[in-house]
Amino acid sequence: MRKIILLIFYLFILINPAKALVEVDITRGNLDPLPIAVSPLYIESGSIDIKTEQEIIKNVGERISEVIEVNFKRSGLFNPLKKDSFVQKPDIAHVKPRFEDWRLIKAQALVTGKVKVSEDKLRVEFRLWDTVAAKEMIALAFSTTPKNWRRVAHIISDKVYQRLTGEKGYFDTRIIYVSETGLKTQRFKKLAIMDQDGANVKYLTLGNELVLTPRFSPKNQLVTYLSYFRNLPRVYLLDIETGVQEVVGDFPGMTFAPRFSPDGKKIIMSFAQDGNSDIYTMNLETRVVERITDHTSIDTSPSYSPDGKYICFNSDRSGLQQIYVMRSDGSNVKRITFGKGLYGTPVWSPRGDLIAFTKVHKGKFYIGVMRADGSGERLLTENFYQEAPSWSPNGRVLIFYRETKTDEKGEGFSAKLWSIDLTGYNERLIETETDGSDPSWSSLLSK
Amino acid sequence: MGFRMNLRNFLVIFFAGLMLNACATVKKDSMLQGDVYTGSDTIEYLASGVKDRVFFATNKSTLTTASRDTLRAQAAWMRGKGKKLSFTIEGHADERGTREYNLALGERRANSVKDYLMTYGISGSRLSVISYGKERPVNSGSNPLAWSQNRRSVTVKAN
Repeated sequence: MRKIILLIFYLFILINPAKALVEVDITRGNLDPLPIAVSPLYIESGSIDIKTEQEIIKNVGERISEVIEVNFKRSGLFNPLKKDSFVQKPDIAHVKPRFEDWRLIKAQALVTGKVKVSEDKLRVEFRLWDTVAAKEMIALAFSTTPKNWRRVAHIISDKVYQRLTGEKGYFDTRIIYVSETGLKTQRFKKLAIMDQDGANVKYLTLGNELVLTPRFSPKNQLVTYLSYFRNLPRVYLLDIETGVQEVVGDFPGMTFAPRFSPDGKKIIMSFAQDGNSDIYTMNLETRVVERITDHTSIDTSPSYSPDGKYICFNSDRSGLQQIYVMRSDGSNVKRITFGKGLYGTPVWSPRGDLIAFTKVHKGKFYIGVMRADGSGERLLTENFYQEAPSWSPNGRVLIFYRETKTDEKGEGFSAKLWSIDLTGYNERLIETETDGSDPSWSSLLSK
Repeated sequence: MGFRMNLRNFLVIFFAGLMLNACATVKKDSMLQGDVYTGSDTIEYLASGVKDRVFFATNKSTLTTASRDTLRAQAAWMRGKGKKLSFTIEGHADERGTREYNLALGERRANSVKDYLMTYGISGSRLSVISYGKERPVNSGSNPLAWSQNRRSVTVKAN
C-alpha cells in the first residue's frame, strides 16, 4: 500500500483561526447536517487527461469534488449544496472567495481547490473556508500518481472532517468483504476489496472454495480469513500486495474466527477439535501457538482491546451464547452480558471504550454497543437477520451485513452490506456489484 | 332472510377456516417434535434403507431417540456391507445464528454423531468431521420447518 502511493504532504499555509464559528457536533444524531459547498477543483493550464484502465478522465477537478460530496452526504453530518447554485468560478473562489455570495446560498463552509495533471503526477491543492467567519481553515497541497485521484478526494474529505468535527476521518479506507452469488443453498463466495465508498472493487479469490470472515491487519497489508481450500476449513493469511496465501499454524482440526492483535504480530482464532472450540493465538514471527481458553463449551469470536491487554469473546459456557471479557493471557474471565436473549460477535471499538455486538432476541437480530464492562447497552438497529459489526477506524460508524427473509417458495434471498452511526442514526446501504457479507473496515491508509 | 343467508355463508367460511387451520397444525406436528425435524421426505440414503442424516434442536447437539435409531442403522451398515469405506460427517446449523458460532455448533453436532458411531464399533480413523455452519442449507426457506431441516448432520461416503 505504502509503495502504491507516494504521498507528499506539505503544509501550504496554516492559519489557525482563534475561534472558528463552524463546527460539527458528532455526538448526537444528524438532525441538522452542516451545509457545505464543494466547488469543483479547477484544472490548471497544461494539464493532461487521466487515463485509467477503465476510462479517460478529462474533468478530474469536478470528479474529485463529486467524490468528496458523496463522502460528506453519506456521513450524515454534512449537507453538500447543489453546484448549480454556485455563483463564483472555481479558480477565483480558490484564491479569494466572496463569502457573502456563499452565505447567500446558506453554505457555512466552502471547499475549493486546483489540480495539475502531468504524465506521472497529480498535484492537488485545496482550501477549506469558514464562510461565516470569512476565514481560511485549512490549506494543503499534495502530490500522487494520477490513477490515485479518488484517494486524493478521500484524503481531502478526511482533512475537512477532522477540521470540522475534531475527530479523525474514515474516508481514505477500504472494506474487505465476502462477495456472494448463486442460490441460497449453494452460494459461491469470493474475497473482495473495495474503497469505503464502494469504488475500485477487486476480487481476491476465484470462488473455487468457500471463504468467510476476512479481517485486515492493523497496517492493512495482510488479511486473515477462513478458507475451505481442499475441504479443510482453516485460517489463512493473504498478502494483498503480493497475493501470497498461507495457512496459519498446523492444527489437526478446524481453525476459524481469526482476527489480528492490535500490534499485528499475532492472530487470535478458535480451534475446534472433538466437538469443542477454544481460543488460541499464534505469533506470526515466532510461530509460537498459545492456548488462551480451556473450557468444554464453545469459545469463539475473539477480539482484542486496542491496547492489547484484554480479549472479548463469545461463549456458551452458561448454556447459551453470551459475551465474556478476559485478560489477554486468558485469566480473569468475566461474563458481561446479562440481558434477555443471546449475544455474539463482540468487537472492541478502536477507541477502547465500547464493544459492538450482535444480539438475538425473540426472533429478531440487533446490532448494538455497550461499555466494556457490559453496562450501557444500546441497540442501534433491529432486523430479520444481521450480524458481524466492524468499526470504522475512528470508532464512529459500524459496518455489518443483513440477510433478507425468503418468501414461501424459498426465493428472494439477499445479503447486503449496511452501515450505521454510533448514534443509531444514518443507516445506509453500501452498494456492491454482487451480494456481500462479513465486511471488515481497514484503518486509515494514510496516517 | 338476507341477513340469515349472510350469516350462513359466514359460518361456512368460518368452519372451513377452522378445518384448514387444523390441517396445517396436524401437518406441522407430524414434521416437528419440539423443534426437531422428524420427517423422512428429504432424506437421501447412504445405502438402501440406511438414512444419511439426523436432525437437531435449536442450538443443541444432543441426539434424539430417532437420531440414535438412524445412527445405529448406519453403524450396522458400516460394519457390514460398507466395511471398506470411510466417511465424512458434515455438521450444519440453521441461518438463525451468528456465522462463527454456527461453525462451532456444526462441528459439535458432527462430533456427537461421530462419538455415537464409535460407541457402536466404528473406528474413529474411518470417520472424519467437517462443519459447514450455516453455509450449506438444504431448504432455502425462512421458516421453522426449513430451519429444522437445516439443523442436521449428514454422513457421506468419503472414498
